[in-house]
Amino acid sequence: MHASANMTERAALSKAPRAFLHRLRSGDEIAHIITLMFAALVVGITALLVYQLWIQSVLSRQKFGWIFFVTHVWDPLAGQFGALPFLYGTLVTSAIALILAVPLGLGTAIFLSEFSTPRASDIFAFLVDLLAAVPSVIFGLLGIFVMVPWLRTTVEPALQSTLGFLPLFQGPMYGVGFLAAGLILAVMVVPFIVSVSREVLIAVPREQREAALALGATRWEAIWKAVVPFAKTGIIGSVFLALARALGETMAVTMVIGNDPRISASLFAPGYSIAAVIANEFTEATGNLYLSALVELGLVLFMLTFVLNGLARLLVLTTRQRGAGHQ
Amino acid sequence: MVRITTPCSGVTERSFGCNRTVTMQTYNFVEEIVKKTITSGCLSLSVLLVGFLLVSCSHNAGNTNEAQQTVLINGAGSTFGYPIYSRWADDFHKAHPGVQINYQSVGSGAGIRQLLEGTVDFGASDAPMTAEQLGQSKIPVLHFPTVLGAVVPTYSIPGVTAELKFSPAALSGIFLGRIKKWNDPAIARANAGVKLPPNNIVVIHRSEGSGTTFIWADYLSKVSPEWKTKVGASTSVNWPVGLGGKGSEGVTALIQQTPNSIGYVELTYAIQNHILYGLVQNSSGVFVKASLDSVTAAAAATADSMPADFRVSITNPSGKDAYPIASFTWLLVPTQITGANKRAAIKSFLHWMLTDGQNDAEPLAYAKLPSAVTTKEDVAISQIH
Repeated sequence: MHASANMTERAALSKAPRAFLHRLRSGDEIAHIITLMFAALVVGITALLVYQLWIQSVLSRQKFGWIFFVTHVWDPLAGQFGALPFLYGTLVTSAIALILAVPLGLGTAIFLSEFSTPRASDIFAFLVDLLAAVPSVIFGLLGIFVMVPWLRTTVEPALQSTLGFLPLFQGPMYGVGFLAAGLILAVMVVPFIVSVSREVLIAVPREQREAALALGATRWEAIWKAVVPFAKTGIIGSVFLALARALGETMAVTMVIGNDPRISASLFAPGYSIAAVIANEFTEATGNLYLSALVELGLVLFMLTFVLNGLARLLVLTTRQRGAGHQ
Repeated sequence: MVRITTPCSGVTERSFGCNRTVTMQTYNFVEEIVKKTITSGCLSLSVLLVGFLLVSCSHNAGNTNEAQQTVLINGAGSTFGYPIYSRWADDFHKAHPGVQINYQSVGSGAGIRQLLEGTVDFGASDAPMTAEQLGQSKIPVLHFPTVLGAVVPTYSIPGVTAELKFSPAALSGIFLGRIKKWNDPAIARANAGVKLPPNNIVVIHRSEGSGTTFIWADYLSKVSPEWKTKVGASTSVNWPVGLGGKGSEGVTALIQQTPNSIGYVELTYAIQNHILYGLVQNSSGVFVKASLDSVTAAAAATADSMPADFRVSITNPSGKDAYPIASFTWLLVPTQITGANKRAAIKSFLHWMLTDGQNDAEPLAYAKLPSAVTTKEDVAISQIH
């Protein structure tokens, strides 16, 4: 009895490694371990980033606390630091960018997936991807030498004379400012929306379109009521990818935003963004508190991205559930 | 006298001693021995070979030691000083192949931080270190002025191509936002004959922290009590009015595009890019156009009252030839440097920079130091030990 029990135990022991070896040989286990390591590394890097931002902003966090978010003074000499104008500038420019880029990008994507020939669509998509690869400093240079003068002499006077009753379009026109930064960001993020939305729309099953058409819908009705809602999740995803890009963009924004930490209702006024101020002031920041405040701005930007990403997930989740409810 | 290598015994360690000059008297004896050893086979040959090898090896060893002793000096800081510091590093390396200076233009603030953390051998800054920063340093830090920089007002007003004259009151008024129009009496008074438009002034400043801003704000602090209390002098300040352009090129682009604008750029940049710039009234009441000579004159005017640590602002000096918006830029060197070779190399570089190195300044559009200052600095080098 005793001996046979021992035997089976030994057999079980020798069997397990053999199975493991077999799986190892078939690649599953290796793939599992390696991909797990990669995934852990990515998470680890993100965690390390937050940890470093948290640690290095300790001086500023202790000194200002939550006041940091509502103070609008940024005076390195007096040791007064507040994130509000930068937060405002970041949000306003990103909002302008999305307001302009979403209809443009979505319209382009619908045209490419639904109306144009597949060949033309592919060529166009390739060109749009090229636009995404243009370095941001090139956008900034074009912005400052071409777009800004055009805004100052043509667009802004036109806006003021037609919509000047709105506080958004009042005040002196410099060319540089929130509007310029928003516009350049719009151009920069459109490729993300076009590229991702087009792929998502193309992936919508044919039956979806055919069913709508069979029910007597026009082509546009089929697109707008059957195809686009089907692809909603992916489209929202593309928009938030674009938003993330807009929030973090540094070079092009700082070249055209005017770099003045002030909160103005007018879109013509100069402003400042979080990424831009960090890039501009980090190298010459003397004094520990100053440096710490800049790091805290980095933390704020990270949090902002985090919160907006969370909202995006929530949005996707609710739309999915609503979709499920309809079925 | 016959020079001969004596194949004596005790081969290896004494082979140097064998390699000596012997007189005729000993020659016969030696010859005998040589003959004997030659006849006794290749022993003498091997001894000779060993001797040669050892001699040549010791020579080689000497060479490799020298190569290993190449002193590497790391510096970091001011972007303003980068063109001349990199030139100096090259020129000094040519004159002293044993010393390699590596300078990174990371910005004055980052240069000071790296110096405080001990990651570089010297820092470089456009603003002198503050008492607080000096207090943070474990080792006392010396300031060595290297060259001079000046900052000039530049503007673009439609229809105005003349070189405008700016009084201190006009400049501080404009940058405080008190003077709003180009035809304001404070500007117009000094510019009789120039037709200034009644347009709003657009102020343009540097957006990033910069030594240029420090010099400009330091000057405004000296001529305007209001500026001093409201804004102050630093590499980045809380601007009362205006737009920020990124870098000298960003400021210049904004000025050239924006009608009725005014800003400031380094003299170096204005000269190299042929930018129109204005004259500034100095403390003697003379309107001076910035030039390399008028900047050196500004430094010479303050040489007598130079403090021992060279942490001095020379904006708005006395002297009727002096251009008032100028400043030294400094190398920051710790008083204690570990490693005799490194210490000697840094000291010799500092001395070279104050003498031969100064000739590099003007071709690169920097104003060189007046001799009264270099003499004082040369004395200060001895504080490094």
